Amino acid sequence: MGLLDKRFESENIVITTVEDVLNWARLSSLWMMQFGLACCAIEMMAASASHFDIMRFGIIPRSTPRQADLMIVAGTVTLKMASRVKRLYEQMPDPKYVISMGSCANCGGPYWEHGYHVLKGVDRIIPVDVYVPGCPPRPEALLEGIIKLREKIRRESLVKKKLPPVYVEEK
Amino acid sequence: MNANEIYEKIRNKFEDAIVEFKSDAIVEPYLEVKPDRVKEICEFLRDEPDLAFDYLMCLSGVDYANGTLGVVYHLYSMKHGHRFVLKVKVPVENPVVQSVESVWKSANWHEREAYDMFGIIFEGHPDLRRILMPYDWPEGSHPLRKDFQVPEFYNGMKVPY
Repeated sequence: MGLLDKRFESENIVITTVEDVLNWARLSSLWMMQFGLACCAIEMMAASASHFDIMRFGIIPRSTPRQADLMIVAGTVTLKMASRVKRLYEQMPDPKYVISMGSCANCGGPYWEHGYHVLKGVDRIIPVDVYVPGCPPRPEALLEGIIKLREKIRRESLVKKKLPPVYVEEK
Repeated sequence: MNANEIYEKIRNKFEDAIVEFKSDAIVEPYLEVKPDRVKEICEFLRDEPDLAFDYLMCLSGVDYANGTLGVVYHLYSMKHGHRFVLKVKVPVENPVVQSVESVWKSANWHEREAYDMFGIIFEGHPDLRRILMPYDWPEGSHPLRKDFQVPEFYNGMKVPY
């Protein structure tokens, strides 16, 4: 604080960058789009429940895309559902983030070969920020995915290009 | 009542509609009947007091992969606690089966599913349209047919891995 002490007479001033404040605000209050698709959604619900409690990260499920900035695609994206998922994503305001949760959302999961009805990876229709592997991933894995996303948002910049997707390591 | 006795009762009334009765089939005995007679046989099975098949447990479509499609009816009687299996077979070029929707309401969705997945046409069904696949899924494309090919794209989304 030595430098600041000389510069400012008032004690209640903190110096930071706009970027840092915005990033900090964003990563501390990720409001997630509330919808689940398949078995992964049950794990997502478990992550929301008291045992794992993702609300401690400021994550609140919102039932409207207009007030959400995080989409957790939890489960099998069928072709029939894919266009709805895409529409929900498009209705969310920027900046918005996507976590692809589970093998189905990542790459089609067990349906990758014979699933005529499954989209082989949600990244074919919307950009994904964090991939969480598992079938289904345990709530801890989703928590790690959220932590990875928070790290990613912390490193974001107003002028630099968007950061590439990150992958949660399979345990 | 066991399957042989049930078969005897049907044979007495619908001898000309019967294709084959297999009492030593691997899973359970079944009776194959003509597809244009299945509705009246089902009505008989439901209404005859000592048969009283009031429950259509399952109606499944089948592709036998030799140019033949089929429908299998699993029937159960709540009153008597007995069961029976009916089958029909139709050629893939003209897969028309009588609807039993008017006999058991539960056949409505089952027949829609068999239509959706196998393309079997149920004559007399009040609302025969796709139930599982999207409504704009390509006409004449039925995923559980053995010769089904996955389309390259659906609404701009690539389908194969």
